[in-house]
Amino acid sequence: MDKNEDLLIVENLTKHFKTSFGVVRAVDGINFKVKLGETFGLVGESGSGKSTTGYVIMGIYTPTSGKILFKSKDISMHAKKRPKYLKKDLAIVFQDPASSLNPTKTVKDVVGLPLKVHELVNNRDELDQRAAELLDAVELPPKDFMQRRPRDLGGGERQAVAIARAIATNPSLIVLDEPTSALDVSIQAKIMKVLMRLQQKLNLSYLFITHDLSLMRNVASRVAIMYLAQIVEFAPTHMFFQNPLHPYTEMLLSSVPVLTDEEEKLKPKEVTSRGEIPSSINPPPGCRFHTRCPFAMDICKVKEPTFVVAEPGHHVACHLMLK
Amino acid sequence: MRRQNNRVNQLLEVKGLYIGYKTYIGKLKVLNGVDFMVHKGEKVGVIGESGCGKTTTMRAILRILSTNAVIDGGEIHFRGNDVLEMGKKQLNEMRRNNVTMIFQDPTAALNPVFKVGELLADVIKYSGKYGSKQASKKEIHGKSIDILKEVALPDPERVLDSYPFQLSGGMRQRICIAMSLATAKDLLIADEPTTNLDVTIQDQVLRLMKNLVEKRNLSVILISHALGTVRGTVDTVYVMYAGNMIEAARTEELFSNPLHPYTQGLLKSVPKLTGAGFSEGIKGRVPDYINPPSGCRFHPRCDRALDICRKEKPRFLNIDGNNHKVACWLYGKK
Repeated sequence: MDKNEDLLIVENLTKHFKTSFGVVRAVDGINFKVKLGETFGLVGESGSGKSTTGYVIMGIYTPTSGKILFKSKDISMHAKKRPKYLKKDLAIVFQDPASSLNPTKTVKDVVGLPLKVHELVNNRDELDQRAAELLDAVELPPKDFMQRRPRDLGGGERQAVAIARAIATNPSLIVLDEPTSALDVSIQAKIMKVLMRLQQKLNLSYLFITHDLSLMRNVASRVAIMYLAQIVEFAPTHMFFQNPLHPYTEMLLSSVPVLTDEEEKLKPKEVTSRGEIPSSINPPPGCRFHTRCPFAMDICKVKEPTFVVAEPGHHVACHLMLK
Repeated sequence: MRRQNNRVNQLLEVKGLYIGYKTYIGKLKVLNGVDFMVHKGEKVGVIGESGCGKTTTMRAILRILSTNAVIDGGEIHFRGNDVLEMGKKQLNEMRRNNVTMIFQDPTAALNPVFKVGELLADVIKYSGKYGSKQASKKEIHGKSIDILKEVALPDPERVLDSYPFQLSGGMRQRICIAMSLATAKDLLIADEPTTNLDVTIQDQVLRLMKNLVEKRNLSVILISHALGTVRGTVDTVYVMYAGNMIEAARTEELFSNPLHPYTQGLLKSVPKLTGAGFSEGIKGRVPDYINPPSGCRFHPRCDRALDICRKEKPRFLNIDGNNHKVACWLYGKK
């Protein structure tokens, strides 16, 4: 596969959940592609469907409709039905390392499990050696950490173990579901450095899910913004931050708390945050953002906007773009 | 506009506060001599990472520490009275009329079995601020509606008749703010009020809090681990690490000219919207409080540690006459 090939293609993906209150439309028809070796950022607030998207790709949920192509093979099914060699090629790091690591197992067991399941090692010595290599790769000294249990580790160290487990099977795509939002900033910086070094070394692709735009600015090569189960804007990162076009993106950017005056200048001034994210059981008709949008027109209340190419690679779903 | 350290303007002063927690594995020596000060009408921010003692300090001010906490020394003066010496009656008086607190998790802070209206009515009834305890139901209802309107909640009648679980996180936090501001006269302690909220909602809640506070000329202590939220809201920032205040300055000064190696590392660790990549973070992790490091508690993680840092705890001193205080041996002994 060469550098610009699409590793993952998501087409018209939907995931609905039936609940006693009605059908929750967690993901409602989204399209995107992740290229080999890139970091694709998926940004949105809680309840926007970004994590569900990650879980459907991992096969934790079965998609309601739509297609997921991974290395040109159809994986729009539950993980149980996927061939084993494809499962090996996808990995995930969850948000909270305290609950994603089994508290009764040692670090070696945690990292060793995928090696055993996928028969990547033949005997105990090989397992030990490979586990040590993996811990080394995430910058944890193996001899100090192999026999310890998750409860003895700090938050950052636990997340490093979760990353070691994710890279154990040499995957090509890792879904990072808010990998640093449970960590302190000084630890976050360290974990991000580890992730970026691994990406270089192993030529990994990341699907990076986060609500933190400042973090995204520094990691992703392309960014998609999700609002209420749909993507509203996507663009290469530098274009996106210089020229945000969707009013929701502007609202999001203007709400980011920043540290310096240079950053302050990047924040759009016209749009201040108002209103709340509506329920995804009864999403508003037309453009889903019209209830909070300061520029909403009559058409926004009835007609769903389609994607418009604003500049090469920069797509926006907003009626304002057509004016 | 700089305030002098005169006693007249001073609302709250914490001096050399030491607090530990008794646990079955030993005593956690958390607060290690905390000093700080809030003036009338001043907005103070306290930043620090999880487990550095921010919340312990604030809980001590209201004397709502958990039962295994031990106060090993220090003084907390609120308007000249020592909070640690206060009797039950005085304490209740202070909590009712002077100091109030907003907690991090609004879901846990609101009693789930009462409607918002009942929760608010209790606060109003016992504050004594709106007439006697026998204030009529109608009066209380009117006040409740006013208060909810003040925190920009739409449809206050419906909100009063809802249980907390029927409202969104942002609305719940607004109700907590409404409840605390219904009575507060002097000081509002906001303990990570927006950590559980989405960024667009956080922005709304912070703006609201700032407006209300300025309108009433309250003093505020805003605690946060998110440096950006503090920068936009407060006048003075204190940085806390492992149970000590290590640096304090006016907001612009602290963010443009951080002096303590920890503050510098922390500021560098925050990803920027301008996209300059990442720093290496700060090596190591927050120390274990059972056997905290000797001397300066930051020395095992500090790249510039001197010999003296291992032996002696640096004092929290004003270093430039401009109220920029730092506790670090790199900036001389004085």
